[in-house]
Amino acid sequence: MIESPSSPLAPLAGAHVRAVHDAFHGDLLEVSMGPHHPSTHGVFRMMVTLDGETVVKLKPVFGYLHRNHEKLGENTTYLGSMPYTDRLDYFCSMTNNWAYALAVEKLAGQAVPDRAEYLRVILAELTRLLNHTCLAGFLLQDAGASGTPLMYAFREREKILDLFESLSGSRMMCNYQRFGGCRVDPTPAWFDAARRVTEEYPRFLDEYEALITGNEILMARTQGVGRLSAALAVSAGITGPMLRACGVDYDLRKAEPYGFYSRFEFRVPLGDHGDTYDRYMIRILEMRESVKILQQALRDIPAGPIFDSKAKIRAFRPKAGEAYGRIEGPKGEIGFYLISDGTGNPYRYRIRPPSFVNLTVLEDMCLGHTIADAVIILGSIDIVLGEVDR
Amino acid sequence: MSDTPVITRQDRDELRRQGILLTSIEEVYNWGRSRSVWPLQFGLACCAIEMIAASMARFDIARFGSEVFRPSPRQADLLIVSGTVTKKMAPQVVRLWNQMPEPKYCIAMGACAISGGPFKQGYNVLKGIDRFIPVDIYIPGCPPRPEALLHGLMELQKKMRGEKLTGPDVPRNKQPDNPCEYPVPEFGAHDLEPAKNPDIWQPPAPVRPDKP
Amino acid sequence: METPEQIRDRLLARFPGATVTLVVNPGASGQHSLLLDPANARAIAVFLRDDPVLRLDYCSNATGVDWPEKEIVETTKVSVPDPAGGAPKIVEQKTKRIQPGYLEAVYHLYSMALKTGPVIIRLRTGNRTDQVALPSLTPVWRACEFQEREIFDLYGIVFTDHPDLRRILMWDEFKDHPMRKDYVEPDDYEWEPTAHDEVLVRAKAHAAAAAPAPVAPPPAEAPQP
Repeated sequence: MIESPSSPLAPLAGAHVRAVHDAFHGDLLEVSMGPHHPSTHGVFRMMVTLDGETVVKLKPVFGYLHRNHEKLGENTTYLGSMPYTDRLDYFCSMTNNWAYALAVEKLAGQAVPDRAEYLRVILAELTRLLNHTCLAGFLLQDAGASGTPLMYAFREREKILDLFESLSGSRMMCNYQRFGGCRVDPTPAWFDAARRVTEEYPRFLDEYEALITGNEILMARTQGVGRLSAALAVSAGITGPMLRACGVDYDLRKAEPYGFYSRFEFRVPLGDHGDTYDRYMIRILEMRESVKILQQALRDIPAGPIFDSKAKIRAFRPKAGEAYGRIEGPKGEIGFYLISDGTGNPYRYRIRPPSFVNLTVLEDMCLGHTIADAVIILGSIDIVLGEVDR
Repeated sequence: MSDTPVITRQDRDELRRQGILLTSIEEVYNWGRSRSVWPLQFGLACCAIEMIAASMARFDIARFGSEVFRPSPRQADLLIVSGTVTKKMAPQVVRLWNQMPEPKYCIAMGACAISGGPFKQGYNVLKGIDRFIPVDIYIPGCPPRPEALLHGLMELQKKMRGEKLTGPDVPRNKQPDNPCEYPVPEFGAHDLEPAKNPDIWQPPAPVRPDKP
Repeated sequence: METPEQIRDRLLARFPGATVTLVVNPGASGQHSLLLDPANARAIAVFLRDDPVLRLDYCSNATGVDWPEKEIVETTKVSVPDPAGGAPKIVEQKTKRIQPGYLEAVYHLYSMALKTGPVIIRLRTGNRTDQVALPSLTPVWRACEFQEREIFDLYGIVFTDHPDLRRILMWDEFKDHPMRKDYVEPDDYEWEPTAHDEVLVRAKAHAAAAAPAPVAPPPAEAPQP
């Protein structure tokens, strides 16, 4: 609803806020939503100024889950930070592991065997299914469909978590990738189970879509709500499904193919309106593409080692330098920026969190909508506080 | 009159086997409330996801009467501290605890809530929520599986069933000097002020049996 | 995609008064960066964003790095003339030099339109105490808004012309900048339930510092959790 002004510099939130303020003349009410609020995802807090029910100002407040991840990363070894990356975005530990492993491999110039690259793709796409399914459930929960869609989503989540658990030993905190490969080789039975989950997934998506996608209430609540223009999205560094819902074709799996993504055939779904409904639909469509990638990867995975035999695990000391590695995580672009000074610990360990940067435009999207819509808009951004605050 | 009941627990169990139900106010009261513990819908971090998973179809916390997650602390009996408590968050956790009506219980779920866990060395991480509020059940794990949460809940129910209504060993909430309000820490220039509540938490001596 | 050297030469031609230095990355990744002077940084950033060849419309990552002052020992060989009139001797001379500390802001730029990148730019402050101001790049890329607030919070770099420069992760009353290398965290290691030797040492140090206050097991009358 708010277009970015045509200035040589990028648009700022403040300019829009003042314009909207002048247009209203009612008594304003300031509400602190969070950090304990049933509809904020975790301990997120918004300072909302309301005119009646309309949002005229919204300032996010962060830091309630600031666990000092980056400081801890500087005080531990490269490998010691790997379990911490699981706890960044605790839905997507496999992609977090991969992003970190990729950055360290860039820093040290390390190669990864073919089988490990295939395994990484398989696990990343399973993670994408897991994350998008849960997001759809939580979004519907925020829209007031209490319970049922979330239960369907968590039923499917358990199937993928069983795969992760039998492979890595843990449901959520997999700690599976290593610099130069993966930790354990899956058994043939694991691949059979993974194929079964992959084959059954489209059936779940059909069922879910039959219930949700054409639902009149969902359409009324989400279509045209929380529009984001492509120009603002690019300027604000929005990534992931939220960016593609605005129609910007930028998926790192295609734009800068890392791993073996260039070997797979898949499409990148794009939205037209950049509203909440598009953000929901993009995720459903991406899940269908993920199933395609999974089918190809599970069919083509070669035999061989899963770990580069020349790679060092202990006493790992990359030579001085720096590297920025990024991948297309389910929530957007997750990157790691590492500076090495030649010792066993990184000198600087920085995480580029997708959902933190995606929150930049929360105020722009919510202005002029009601407070109930702000809850859905926040739900459609797909944030996880472990990653926002780190 | 002595405090010893005329009819002991063994007598009651024997009568029950014969088809005669004989009970006490205390037993009915504890049985009823231990079967409908309403937790506060309050998630902090990773463990909260496993808490949600415990309430979903596969693990189904409703079997234990605790599926009614209340959004307001005024309606809740149980605070599940599920995740890392940061120093910025600690005052709000204590405030929520103060707003819950007695009798109330607290479960520290996961390593972070117990001690800070893997994030213990962080400058903004509280090293255990028991520095500010009394904890009834500790569930270790990072994160604990949903089954572990269910086990913790069953242990809590066992504890509730054993509580006395009268006498010298009544639970915390019936003791005359029980503080209804726990002091809420404030944000200082470098740390929380105070950094702990000395009335409920005192550090043990830092020695290990094998390394004196 | 132009190499960093080509971009530097083009920037120097376009902005005659500016200083643009290539910072070589010796590591395997080969991601070299450009060090800009703060006075011209904003103008150069706008140029990088709008230039049709580069079109760096997307700032992926903005972060701070702390470089405290460090002592560098340099060994130089000096020829000392022999007072007796003989051949001059070669003597190794060690000079100690204090490299002043500074704070650094690093920006990783990509082009979403051309799908190229990264171009890395760096800005450095004068020192770590009183000259810590840098121009904000939030007016150029909105993506920097929260990330620069985070740098201000954790490192203490003051970004001029930032629309809303407040602490973001720590509370407003907090005084320190915890990501700096010389930050000392509050001593609340009264007790460690883990058996790690390193943390046990910290707990013992705390107990010694807290003396004469007795560190004893909890008194019996304290309400047990």
